[in-house]
Amino acid sequence: MHNMTATVAFTPERLEKVKEIIGRYPEGKQKSALLPVLHLAQEQHGWVSSETMDYVAELLNIQPVEVYEVATFYTMFHLEPVGKHVIEYCRTGPCCTMGGEEVYAHLRERLGIETGETTADGKFTIKEVECLAACGWGPCFQIREKYYMHLTNQKVDEIIDELSK
Amino acid sequence: MAESIKILTEHFHQEGIEKLDVYKKHGGYAGLEKALKTMSPEQVVEEVKTSGVRGRGGAGFPMGMKWGFLAKPEGVPRYLVCNGDESEPGTFKDHYLMMKCPHLLIEGMIISSFALGANTSFIYVRGELMYVINILEKAIAEAKAAGYLGKNILGTGFDLELVVQPGGGAYICGEETALLESLEGKRGNPRNKPPFPAVKGLYQCPTVVNNVESIATTPWIMLNGGEAYSKIGIGRSTGTKLISASGHVKNPGVYEIELGLPVEEFIYSDQYLGGIREGHDLKAVVAGGSSVPILPKHLILKTAAGEPRLMSYESLSEGGFASGTMLGSGGFIAMDETTCIVRNTWNFARFYRHESCGQCSPCREGTGWMEKVLYRLEHGKGNERDIDLLVDVAKKIEGNTICPLGDAAAWPVASAIRHFREEFEWHVRHPELAIAPGAVFNKETEAVLN
Ligand SMILES: Cc1cc2nc3c(=O)[nH]c(=O)nc-3n(C[C@H](O)[C@H](O)[C@H](O)COP(=O)(O)O)c2cc1C
Ligand code: FES
Repeated sequence: MHNMTATVAFTPERLEKVKEIIGRYPEGKQKSALLPVLHLAQEQHGWVSSETMDYVAELLNIQPVEVYEVATFYTMFHLEPVGKHVIEYCRTGPCCTMGGEEVYAHLRERLGIETGETTADGKFTIKEVECLAACGWGPCFQIREKYYMHLTNQKVDEIIDELSK
Repeated sequence: MAESIKILTEHFHQEGIEKLDVYKKHGGYAGLEKALKTMSPEQVVEEVKTSGVRGRGGAGFPMGMKWGFLAKPEGVPRYLVCNGDESEPGTFKDHYLMMKCPHLLIEGMIISSFALGANTSFIYVRGELMYVINILEKAIAEAKAAGYLGKNILGTGFDLELVVQPGGGAYICGEETALLESLEGKRGNPRNKPPFPAVKGLYQCPTVVNNVESIATTPWIMLNGGEAYSKIGIGRSTGTKLISASGHVKNPGVYEIELGLPVEEFIYSDQYLGGIREGHDLKAVVAGGSSVPILPKHLILKTAAGEPRLMSYESLSEGGFASGTMLGSGGFIAMDETTCIVRNTWNFARFYRHESCGQCSPCREGTGWMEKVLYRLEHGKGNERDIDLLVDVAKKIEGNTICPLGDAAAWPVASAIRHFREEFEWHVRHPELAIAPGAVFNKETEAVLN
């Protein structure tokens, strides 16, 4: 247990951040910090393991199950290891109307993987997500915080080339 | 309509408008100074009531009236929560507003919190927009340093802390009670109402939830008065509205329009969408986000009675669901004749199945059924009974769930069949064409078949 905590523990800077986040809510409402803290955890580890969830529960002084049920409800949290770059493309109506299906097919072909898979070199994971609130700027995907919009096959190639370097 | 008035976006094109000093140079924080220094909270509420501004998140409920319902028990904190979850397909206006001009929302939040007597307020933003959250947090730090946030704002004795809260990827958290659950660190399961948030909201305290765009109208209303606002627009659709346009138009993007603008002008004028992409013709429009009924070209341009359709709450819903739709969130999706309505309906049905929180069985099971049956039809494996089955399932979801996600899932399916039934039938009769790449039911394919 102690070893695990050691590997999932936040960096000192992030621990400071967690403290600051908890301070945003009224006394006793520290559970409100759960989503922001899970985002921090994913930022550090790339994904959220059950050990990480236990650690977060301890930090927020709540039951582990309260973290499990939340982490599994929200689609942004990766509950399994992912590649270095997670490409989350929008599969919803407007983006498809604007040419998404073709562009995403090209993306999968280019990386040689299907949605939900990771390339053998561990560099890329593709995930399919719903509307990213960028419909008129579609087709689009996001990689971490960054939005890539007005995608074309050529643009997809350029992005992959750049990230493969 | 002449040059349209801009209430929200007038200065959005200014270089550096995301910074406090530039925002101030263009009149920013003047509405706040006026409200906090010269008005009482009650007067602010009155101005907002007079403006007639209606909630821009989708339901169109008058904002001032909602504020009037807020319970004010002695010694209990009250909360203002801004809904920036924006996950309704076709809607990307709040994303645009927050990213372009964060201080407009922050100024609105301070004014609104002052009016409601809230000392801690939240902006809940969908987690995917982390870069926008960073923009907001930077702007909040600037506002705080300038004395617009924190203790004793502008020496008025009013204290306010503003917190930006990220979501985690869940459309349902746009529903206000699910949003409050989420903000409390829980799954986004909508609550039963009553009690309404105005009585028991965040942490069981009285709470107002308003959309980003709704809140952002308050600086202008403070500066110019509710009366002036109420004179913009048409009838009970006062003011302007951000419309996010996507699909097969020449100029997709976010537009601020005066309510009452003819739909035809919005689609075809160069000032707005510039028409349908070259060489194509409009087939259908989803006017207010994926949840609202889809309309064929003739019914979006004109009502069943032959009146020009206007971009307003009343005109878009003219004719009820038989021939009308809703303004909703302002997510305007235009589709040309190359669009397969069955495929689009299946896509939306998949969205609602994916986003159903699963609490209510009609929604949990019904959205799954609709997706499966639509998949079958779209992939050439449907039969005649499937179409009526879809209508039946949609009917059984509608009105039978805790929150309106069930309705939102049912309407697109029911309306697509209402207006494009022959296209669904074509999929049943010609499965080989339904799955042929590029084959879409339209006048030409119909002619070939006859
Ligand atoms: C499934 C569902 C999703 C919703 N999503 C949003 C949303 O993303 N943003 C929003 O402002 N309102 C959304 N709403 C409406 C909210 O419940 C609420 O009415 C609104 O935030 C109130 O603000 P307003 O009166 O200023 O519009 C949604 C409602 C439902 C049923
Ligand atoms: S449909 Fe893709 S961002 Fe909205």
